[in-house]
Amino acid sequence: MELSAFDKELLNRLQGNIPICSRPFAKMAAELGTDEEKIIARIRELKAAGFLRRIGTFFNSNNLGYVGTLVALKVSPNEIAPVAEAVNKYPEATHNYEREGKYNLWFTLLTRDSAHESNILAEIRNLPGVEDMLQLKSNKKYKVNVQFKLN
Amino acid sequence: MCNSNLTEQDKEIIKALQEDFPLCEEPYKVLAARAGVTEEEFLQRVQDFVQEKKIRKMGAVLRHREVGFKFNALCAWEVPKEKLDEVAKIMSNHPAVSHCYDRNTAPNWNYNLYTMIHAKTREECDSIILELSRLTGVENYQVLYSKKEWKKTSMKYFKD
Repeated sequence: MELSAFDKELLNRLQGNIPICSRPFAKMAAELGTDEEKIIARIRELKAAGFLRRIGTFFNSNNLGYVGTLVALKVSPNEIAPVAEAVNKYPEATHNYEREGKYNLWFTLLTRDSAHESNILAEIRNLPGVEDMLQLKSNKKYKVNVQFKLN
Repeated sequence: MCNSNLTEQDKEIIKALQEDFPLCEEPYKVLAARAGVTEEEFLQRVQDFVQEKKIRKMGAVLRHREVGFKFNALCAWEVPKEKLDEVAKIMSNHPAVSHCYDRNTAPNWNYNLYTMIHAKTREECDSIILELSRLTGVENYQVLYSKKEWKKTSMKYFKD
């Protein structure tokens, strides 16, 4: 599916902010010079075609009381798949990537408190094949803004 | 940790909000019904959450591979402590940078600033990293290209 100029305009707008009001799509339609029905139908099609990862609410986890960390693992190359799968089993692990470099598996962990975080990290550190682990905590998030301007 | 400023009703509202946004004329009314509150109350709480920065945004995130941004790299930078804010600001201003966080260092791992960079080709990604290095004067860094995405999900809050 090829994106039309209108699709790109719509996707750019949708990545910004959905209005918080009773008829958000009517408001967006007025801004884009079309009507509510067409906007809703097109978003459904774009979603079905796989262009949208998610449409909805993005929370600031720290402000909901959750604690987060980035974790880097050095895993012996033969054990990467089982370790990655073991990490994936935790609902608290939200992103998990195999990467080039000495530390070859990187994941993010979000938990309701630090004790729970420590328990999970201890379990993962003890998995066969895990040779080293770095816990990389953030104090300051300078930017969180996943937007791809389409033109 | 303290979630004490969130009521049980707030948690129901958050649980409703974290599911897919309904694609219909009155989406908030649908979510309000799931949370067991009126549409008016629901809209008011959503506005409050945005004000309190509990909600970062209401909106969409694209599947970046499908829209042509096929390459992503996590780049770890070693920045002198006193220059951290200044460097982070320059990097954050670059449109190809989606995330920019400071992080603690570890033994034999002196990188203290992390950026996520998205580009259409690996060459473009490399040239953005060189540009960021030139703009900030930071010369020690590691580019951590992704080899495989094992998991990418959104957190479900207050599920247990």
